[in-house]
Amino acid sequence: MSKFKNGTARSLAIGAVLMASATMVHAEDTKFLIGIVEQQLSNPFFGKLQQAGVDAAKKHGLETMTAESSVAGDSATQVAAIENMINRGVKGIVLDPANASALLKVVKKARDAGIIVVTTNTSLEPADAADASFETDNLAAGELIGKWAKASLGATPARVALLDYDLSDKTAKARHDGFLKGFGLTESSPEIAGSALTQANVETGQSSMENLLSAHPDINAVYTINEPAAQGAFLATKKSKTPIILTSIDGSCSGVRSVADGTIGATVMQFPSNMGQLAVDAIVTAVNGGAKPSGVNNSGTVLITDKPVDGIESKDSKWGLANCWGE
Amino acid sequence: MTTSDRTRSDPGQAGLAGASAGISPADKPKPSSGRWIAALAAFPIAGPLLALVVILIVFSVTTSTFLNPGNLSLIVQQSVVVGTLALGQTLIILVSGIDLANGAIMVLGTVVAGSYLAGGGDPLVAMLLGLVVCVAAASVNGLIVTRFRLPPFIATLGMFTILTAGARLYSQSRSFPINSDLVTILGSGPSIGNLDITYGSLLWVVLTLLLAYALHQTAWGVRLYAIGNSPSAARLNGVNVNGIVFSVYAVAGVFYAFAAWQALGRTPIADPSGYQIANLDSITAVVIGGTSLFGGRGGVFGTFIGALIVVVLKNGLTQAGIDSLYQQIATGFLVILAVGADQYLRRGQRT
Repeated sequence: MSKFKNGTARSLAIGAVLMASATMVHAEDTKFLIGIVEQQLSNPFFGKLQQAGVDAAKKHGLETMTAESSVAGDSATQVAAIENMINRGVKGIVLDPANASALLKVVKKARDAGIIVVTTNTSLEPADAADASFETDNLAAGELIGKWAKASLGATPARVALLDYDLSDKTAKARHDGFLKGFGLTESSPEIAGSALTQANVETGQSSMENLLSAHPDINAVYTINEPAAQGAFLATKKSKTPIILTSIDGSCSGVRSVADGTIGATVMQFPSNMGQLAVDAIVTAVNGGAKPSGVNNSGTVLITDKPVDGIESKDSKWGLANCWGE
Repeated sequence: MTTSDRTRSDPGQAGLAGASAGISPADKPKPSSGRWIAALAAFPIAGPLLALVVILIVFSVTTSTFLNPGNLSLIVQQSVVVGTLALGQTLIILVSGIDLANGAIMVLGTVVAGSYLAGGGDPLVAMLLGLVVCVAAASVNGLIVTRFRLPPFIATLGMFTILTAGARLYSQSRSFPINSDLVTILGSGPSIGNLDITYGSLLWVVLTLLLAYALHQTAWGVRLYAIGNSPSAARLNGVNVNGIVFSVYAVAGVFYAFAAWQALGRTPIADPSGYQIANLDSITAVVIGGTSLFGGRGGVFGTFIGALIVVVLKNGLTQAGIDSLYQQIATGFLVILAVGADQYLRRGQRT
């Protein structure tokens, strides 16, 4: 996975180039079908991603065929969906893989049939199994929030809690590793008071944080896998006497509102709408005879906080609310 | 009140041919293991209670933070939602059913109430709406099981899927923060030092006692145990099996509504993605509490203890610095142990 230091600038540049080429191509667009395979749409992140893809296709005057996996990690449904799409004669597939390796075979089948396959949100393993990927650099996102947490603590000795999501999940692992790296910790650092496995929702974030705080009342910095987990953690920290810095990653609108009201200290925003749009634009360009997309492309990450620290670039919650995704 | 769940079930099956349970004093004298089996069978919460006490002692000795009033009240607060769900689950399992949909029913209840509140609705009406939704959904389970004769596992598995998706569709995957004091009241309560006694914890105890009374002191409860032991024998004895089984699912729905209220008190947000495995957690609590998955044996006091055991394990292992995945493994072992003990007791009774 490539790591871009300046994600926003890079993604904006990519966006601008692609938009320009897409506009040029637009006049000579031929009609074809694009398949969009998402993970479970109950997650507004994937909902936004799919919508962005459908909208982008519509802009090109193209039809889309959509499918989604039913639960996290459900690659079987996605395999079947791609097989159907191959049969239907799609020219390109935007894929949000539920598993980095389970889809390799069917993606190869699609590409052998001349279909451009672009992954979003996360890439296959190896990444070049698909033509290209547009995704959040989650390691960089983790690093960013880890650095902010460390800087915000200042001279106070750190006692860190980690509220994770299943670490076999690539995104969860990258965020976790990135946070530790940004904070300057390793898995066995004594500064880590404890960690817990949440289901990335409010309820499990709350219980996990309660148990960790009960065992380690001196916790003063918390990493959370996403904003619902952070909101749950906040409920648990309400009674704590020592101030606790809550950090998260995602950039959903409810998460940004939590930054605005001080519940969460900072979060890192990712841009699902960029992913969907960039992926569709890249496919349209390639199908119309333009350059084939390649590589892992960062769709951008921005630190959102109302408590900026020196040396770490960030935007405030007002900017965040104007650019967030979901409700 | 803590008289044995087992012996209270005896009147219902007295004279029922083919009911395998029941230890009469006429049983042949057995070696000491036989007496143990008889004692455990006559006092089924002894096992879970013993397990809870042992776990409590182990964590109190091995960690410095476990045995502190704040932590102990935390354990009870973390138990109430699944504990209340598990009360309804106990009723259903006693008639040899199972409810895989209870968490989804509860979540739908919170989401409907929450979205109504978010639209400026009246808190009392919101709660009534939640109650209606929970009882209606649970009654549909009962209807499918009794009227269409589908196995409870299948009926409630289907409903679980439907309601989980339904809650997400209804809410458009949004969650609704709850600001009403009435709706969140169960999360508050008096504190003595750092010991918090929430109204939700008290309600959980009251509900357990009420249900124990209904199970052991009413004709409904006696018939319910009789059906669990042998539906055909109960039918022969003039019990309206379908009627009682349906009522069990519907009454369970009332407890799911209470669980929904508990959930909003604890976490003041109606979140369609919450409580994804509450159904399994509630079954775990019931089974660890000594209620037999084959029906007719066990009761709500066991479930109360079972719910506590699950949370104590999670909390205590966190205090001991043990990874979350090991916590799940420990819980799994307890489930297998509990069901193994149930089987062993049944075999012991038959010999």
